[in-house]
Amino acid sequence: MSELPLSVTVDAALQSAPATKARGYWATVGRRIRRDKVSMVCALVLLLIFLSAIVAPWLGLEDPYKGSMIRRLRHIGTSGYLLGTDELGRDMLARLIYGGRLSLLIGILPVILAFCIGTSLGLVAGYVGGKLNTAIMRTIDVFYAFPSVLLAIAISGALGAGILNSIVSLTVVFVPQITRVAESVTTGVRNMDFVDAARASGAGPFTIMRVHILGNVLGSIFVYATSLISVSMILAAGLSFLGLGTKPPEPEWGLMLNTLRTAIYVNPWVAALPGAMIFAVSICFNLLSDGLRSAMDIRN
Amino acid sequence: MLAYIARRIVYVVPIVISVALVCFLLVHITPGDPLVAVLPADASQELAAQLRTAYGFDRPLPVQFGLWLLRALHGDLGNSIATGRPVLAEVMRAVSNTVTLAIAAAIIGFTMGILLGLIAGYFRETWIDKLATSFAIAGVSVPHYWLGMVLVIIFSVQLNWLPAVGAGPGGSAAWAWDWAHLQYLVLPAITTSVIPMGIVTRTVRALTGDILSQDFVEALRAKGLHERGVFRHVIKNAAPTALAVMGLQLGYMLGGSILIETVFSWPGSGFLLNSAIFQRDLPLLQGTILILALFFVFLNLLVDIAQAAIDPRIKRG
Repeated sequence: MSELPLSVTVDAALQSAPATKARGYWATVGRRIRRDKVSMVCALVLLLIFLSAIVAPWLGLEDPYKGSMIRRLRHIGTSGYLLGTDELGRDMLARLIYGGRLSLLIGILPVILAFCIGTSLGLVAGYVGGKLNTAIMRTIDVFYAFPSVLLAIAISGALGAGILNSIVSLTVVFVPQITRVAESVTTGVRNMDFVDAARASGAGPFTIMRVHILGNVLGSIFVYATSLISVSMILAAGLSFLGLGTKPPEPEWGLMLNTLRTAIYVNPWVAALPGAMIFAVSICFNLLSDGLRSAMDIRN
Repeated sequence: MLAYIARRIVYVVPIVISVALVCFLLVHITPGDPLVAVLPADASQELAAQLRTAYGFDRPLPVQFGLWLLRALHGDLGNSIATGRPVLAEVMRAVSNTVTLAIAAAIIGFTMGILLGLIAGYFRETWIDKLATSFAIAGVSVPHYWLGMVLVIIFSVQLNWLPAVGAGPGGSAAWAWDWAHLQYLVLPAITTSVIPMGIVTRTVRALTGDILSQDFVEALRAKGLHERGVFRHVIKNAAPTALAVMGLQLGYMLGGSILIETVFSWPGSGFLLNSAIFQRDLPLLQGTILILALFFVFLNLLVDIAQAAIDPRIKRG
């Protein structure tokens, strides 16, 4: 007799559940971030820079590689050259837009790679624990003994200049940071009841990690990774600025800044333009990452 | 306290050895012959073999590492391939210039950061907070080498107020704290200070906000303590964390100065590292990175100990 009211209550609860129609977590986050003006403006600016970099060949721009000795270092606003020309007479507007292709690639790809590698390492270290955890995390500690700029430059400097080497060195810089975050959130989740429940129901470690843990930790690792993009953009362009990344005549913001350094006495503001692009992308990613973080913090 | 310090020091030993190993291996991931910088293009096989033996590149790797570590412990990091001078002396002279730069930048960045952070945390969600926060975000987002260029454009090229490059009369070895030298420090120091300024502002703002929302602050105000007294409590509670962040930032400034030193031709460790990379001077590259990393490790150790000294909760943990 006592069981009947209970099952009736449960039934009622189940029936009333669709009526309240709880919004999913990610839908809520999306709605919250769409209401955040700063984030939306940043997203728009980034979208503009990304799209123009992708469709650059169809924008009717000048050839970014074609220089001319007679039109070197034109000022900003010269007719025909909206943003002037560089030290070899190449159109700056075209080079800045084309430059987005390589600059964004070498800035963002290391974070994506480090996100995949670091999440896997951290997940395994955090879930398996024990000796494997010690081995992975103590190795990670060694990389923390180097300031990240120094580590990136040391690896790039040893490997030699080149786009691939610069991507590799930045990935090595970010893997430890992401691994540490991934390990700490995984350790927080792994002793929760639903993991025990999954294990009791016969799920193997791989399934538990993939299905039950990853879904719960991916969000925080992702937000952390987005906050690294700004640093990565600055460092990647910095490596090129030192001559360790892209090689001339490729249009890339860091390299352009380097080659235009000699022109700061002749045409200073044209020389500063590529850095302004790096700054714009970096600050937009930072603000967007902050916006995403507070949007995901549902409790507030 | 002593036991805690001893424990921290013991923990540092394996880190130091691993750091040395990474620095050592750096040379061996380098493509090409490490002797390429000293050998003339038409050198005979014999000369190459002789030099390889002289530099010890013909031994097995673990032996080379052991010998290198042993010599490094005696302060011998080998000789620079490009100049032939001892690496340690070259690096230490350059590091002293980097320390000068880092200290000047720390004074600017930390003072600004603490002030802005306290003000922003106290006036949370007002326009003052928004202004200070935007300043901080700009500080951490700006490519600092570009900021250096812009400052040079404004203050050297356009206004002609400050020198653009170098470290003043006498070059790298003759630093003095007078205006003739200090004017060369102003722009690089301001450029170096923006990242720590931004990070310290954000940290102190968050700490101040958290502390002010705690119950004990309510109690302090309820018992009639004036705001200046409340502020003293805020500072005392924020100090350990803020100190740790600032220590770490000082380490980043020492180790990460290469881009700024290149922009301003500041004769520090970063500038040395840059020339070591492009002259493929591997012993110098190895030595500079090792010394800078060790500075960073020991600075972290000092920060941990200082933090434990002012925050009694840490020692027990």
